[in-house]
Amino acid sequence: MNFFKTTAATTAIVLMGSTAYADCGIASGNVNILGNEFGAIQALVAGAKECASGTVTVESNLTTEHRDIQVAALTANPAQYTSAIVANSSIVPLLNEGLIRPLDDLIAKHGAGIKDTQKITIDGKVMAIAFMANAQHLYVRQDILDAAGVDVPTSYEEVIAAGQAIKDAGLMEHPFAMNSKTGWNLGEEFVNMYTGTGGEFFKPGTAEPSINNENGVLALNTLKALADLSNPDFLTFDSNATGAIWEAGDLAIAQLWGSRASGILDDEGSTDEITSNTVLAAAPTVGGGDTPASTLWWDGFTIAANISDEDAEATFIAMVNGIRPEVVSANNDQAVWLADGFTPGPAAKGVFATASAGARPYPMIPFMGLMHTALGAELSDFLQGNESAEQALADVEAAYTAAAKEQGFLQ
Amino acid sequence: MPHKTFFWFIFPSLAAMFLFIALPIVSVAFQSLYIEHEQVLIEVENCGPFGCETETVVDNEATAAIRQAEPLGRFNGLGTYFDRGHLATAEISEAWSTRESFSGFLSEVMNLPFYRALAFTLTYTFVCTPILILLGLAVALGVNGLPKAFKGPTIFVSLLPMIITPLIGSLILFWMIDAEGIFGKTLQVIFDDPELSLKASPALTWITLIVYGIWSSTPFAFVVFYAGLQTVPEDTLEAAMVDGASRWERIRYVVIPHLMPLVVFITLIQLMDNFRVFEPIIGFSAQANASSLSSIIFDDLRGDIARFNSAAATSMLTIIGVAILLTPVLIRTWRDFNRKRA
Amino acid sequence: MASMASRRSPALATLATGFVILWIIIASFPFLWTLWGSFKVQGDFFSKADWTNALWGTRTIVETGGAFTTNGYSGAWIEQEFWRATMNTFIVVFFTVIISLTFGTLGGYALARSGFRYAFWLLMIALVFRAMPHITLVSGYLLPFFEWNVWGHLPTSIIVLVAINQPFTLWMLHSFFLNIPKDLDESAMVDGCTRFQAFRHVIIPVMWPGVVTTGLFSFLLAYNDFAVTAMLLSQENQTMIPKIASFLGSTFEEGNVMFAVAAVVSAAAPLFVLILFFQRQIVSGLTAGAVKG
Repeated sequence: MNFFKTTAATTAIVLMGSTAYADCGIASGNVNILGNEFGAIQALVAGAKECASGTVTVESNLTTEHRDIQVAALTANPAQYTSAIVANSSIVPLLNEGLIRPLDDLIAKHGAGIKDTQKITIDGKVMAIAFMANAQHLYVRQDILDAAGVDVPTSYEEVIAAGQAIKDAGLMEHPFAMNSKTGWNLGEEFVNMYTGTGGEFFKPGTAEPSINNENGVLALNTLKALADLSNPDFLTFDSNATGAIWEAGDLAIAQLWGSRASGILDDEGSTDEITSNTVLAAAPTVGGGDTPASTLWWDGFTIAANISDEDAEATFIAMVNGIRPEVVSANNDQAVWLADGFTPGPAAKGVFATASAGARPYPMIPFMGLMHTALGAELSDFLQGNESAEQALADVEAAYTAAAKEQGFLQ
Repeated sequence: MPHKTFFWFIFPSLAAMFLFIALPIVSVAFQSLYIEHEQVLIEVENCGPFGCETETVVDNEATAAIRQAEPLGRFNGLGTYFDRGHLATAEISEAWSTRESFSGFLSEVMNLPFYRALAFTLTYTFVCTPILILLGLAVALGVNGLPKAFKGPTIFVSLLPMIITPLIGSLILFWMIDAEGIFGKTLQVIFDDPELSLKASPALTWITLIVYGIWSSTPFAFVVFYAGLQTVPEDTLEAAMVDGASRWERIRYVVIPHLMPLVVFITLIQLMDNFRVFEPIIGFSAQANASSLSSIIFDDLRGDIARFNSAAATSMLTIIGVAILLTPVLIRTWRDFNRKRA
Repeated sequence: MASMASRRSPALATLATGFVILWIIIASFPFLWTLWGSFKVQGDFFSKADWTNALWGTRTIVETGGAFTTNGYSGAWIEQEFWRATMNTFIVVFFTVIISLTFGTLGGYALARSGFRYAFWLLMIALVFRAMPHITLVSGYLLPFFEWNVWGHLPTSIIVLVAINQPFTLWMLHSFFLNIPKDLDESAMVDGCTRFQAFRHVIIPVMWPGVVTTGLFSFLLAYNDFAVTAMLLSQENQTMIPKIASFLGSTFEEGNVMFAVAAVVSAAAPLFVLILFFQRQIVSGLTAGAVKG
């Protein structure tokens, strides 16, 4: 059932016989899509808008603030939007409130082209259709590694050793970087690392936190060792910052988002020497484990619960039209598509390698968002050397517990 | 003015504020007293593009039944105000009873998010406000002494820091202070320290934020003071000069008393705005070293799961904090008001 | 200004002028830097390699062939249709300022002329209202607005901005009206005018400087607002600042930061015109208005 293992090199494009402005087969209805604003989603929405006709309206609101308005927008009855485009983490509040509908009957009627691997199944019911994937993975500079005489690292222990070797050889003062900005980014780095150690965030079946353990300490100490190889500004590094430093040629090894690869590999902002030596590799393992220390992400669409069945059907058909193979192949390099029609290019290599190595998905747990926020806020003290790993983890658990009690997950 | 006339004059303004500020404040105050319902959790198998996992989900039907019974949530009284994310009374008394030294106690208190935010917010407010008032006054006095032809363009340039949206203003400045940026490099040369980074240490981050705060708010003080200077009675100044007052004495004993009501006005507005400091912290990616009450609210509302009850409690604490800060200024206004009535 | 009292020693004059020049440099340098950099590519303006690249345009020459490029401007205005956002901003700002000032002058006048204690308490309550963080307010609006089907429209944002702006407007205009002598409107009322007629015929003609100054601050609030407009407007009604924010990209996606930089420079242009135009009123307005605190 793993998309990357089974269909990694799918190139067969199944033409579904729809051309631009084709009749999508919607009798009538209103479609209104809420989503983030970036290339792949814009392409999808443009594809969905081709279904507009005299009796079918297709509108959209693509905004970076989509996460903050989606719950309120779908709670209203009828909902403002018939479809919300979400990721592993942002589907959770919609699930928690029961704002999206199961898609099984719609798939049976109109979803012949949807692969099983695209179906996000919760308790046996398909709640979302994924169309693209993303993950953090290693970016390495082959020329620098060669100069220092080290191989492309496959574990964080090797990353630290390689970084030290590069530093000792006087090639670079701060050879490593990751998106370690305090807040969501830093939280994500810990989630990645802790997932790599095989640790569980919560006691099974409950919302009780369980990160203050050996795995947590190992994850934190690895992050600290990496931070020591990073520029002292590391707590301000987001994707824009790390991408710019990479393009300036000041990094040898970095753990960055796969979705940033095409921007880093293109000829804008960087020299040929840097881009031609940039190698994308799977996220490393940690502590002798065999799962990469990274989490896999998907983006997918959902259909609102508080709308008429007619609108839901219209929306589903339009959205499926937006991810048909022609759209995907015409926008091949915009994303790592999960839908048919995708030919993996060089920029997708890192995400594929990470997924094939068996990385785990980012957990879709109702209270994971609270844990993520607590991690992002409480870990910088430790990385700055102001407190012990145990104290930092205890702080995270205390902050999480206060939040989870308030949200009704813990009593 | 009769009550009825007063009412009709103020009605549109009052209606707008009542609907869009007063009602939301009341609702926020209510929500801060409640917490979410108990969520019924079940374990299920979830599948996706990357395989299947056994995960916990909220049982919507069971939770909906509980929610139906009590739409507002569970009443929690002032519980949220005193939890770890806010006033953290339990944690503080625990830290006090187990303290080994006072500084140990202090560092435990500073480990709590609310107090960490309060420390920065108060420092920022009390450093920025007086400095920007003095600087604004100095610039106003300087510009006032310029030849007439230069005044217009100077006023216009002086307003620039206030005009550029903080969203981009701080982004550009953030790159300028980068270790590789123009200010960062210059500072490294001046202090002869190639590792100097304004972003890395808490102290330097605080200084950067405060300098930005002063820079961006000085124009406000400047405009108000400059205008005030135009009304300083010329004859009083001349009389003081005939009496042999030096320039400094004239400023001290004639100009400043004349501008005093303005100082009150600027203090009032700036204390309030600085206490709600937010944009610079986000713009300068300074969350590691500095947080404010507003940035805590932002984090609560903008996570994957919005914590509205917690944000509501922090918002109410912000209002209380502003009220306490402004009390001295308000007492003064009250006296003025009564004097005018008399 | 050539009176005896304002004359001063040459040393002091030099010092004062030097200080003003220093201030001008501090105030304008970041903007001039942005203006210059908006004609470079991102690799230069946000150079991690060497900040002097932003001056000479090293990467700009490599990538575009010249030391200056207008790619940022054409990208923002043509490709991303920034002009739509500009029109929306114009509508939002225009109506916010007009409505704020209409409500504010009426209310401020009443507060200034009422001798009753409740006028003071109203002013105090207005201050408390101003203390409420905007993000909390906006989050509270979302659900009702969606349910009443008023979310996403320009009028909704305008009325919210007016309301949020009222406390400051009331305070400023109230202190301004305190400075207009009471005798003026009271004598008109003795002559048989109603309160509103007195306001209409006697006060309105003399209140413009104060109104223009207050208007400037209302204008800046509406123009630079992000918290309200980003959350309450749909994509087709988006205003400039949220649009600029969307150029910056997100964690996953690279943005077009130079579009944002070019857009910011463009966004500042109408403000320059406005301030030059109203400069005299701004200053004379505050003179008359805020002096009484």
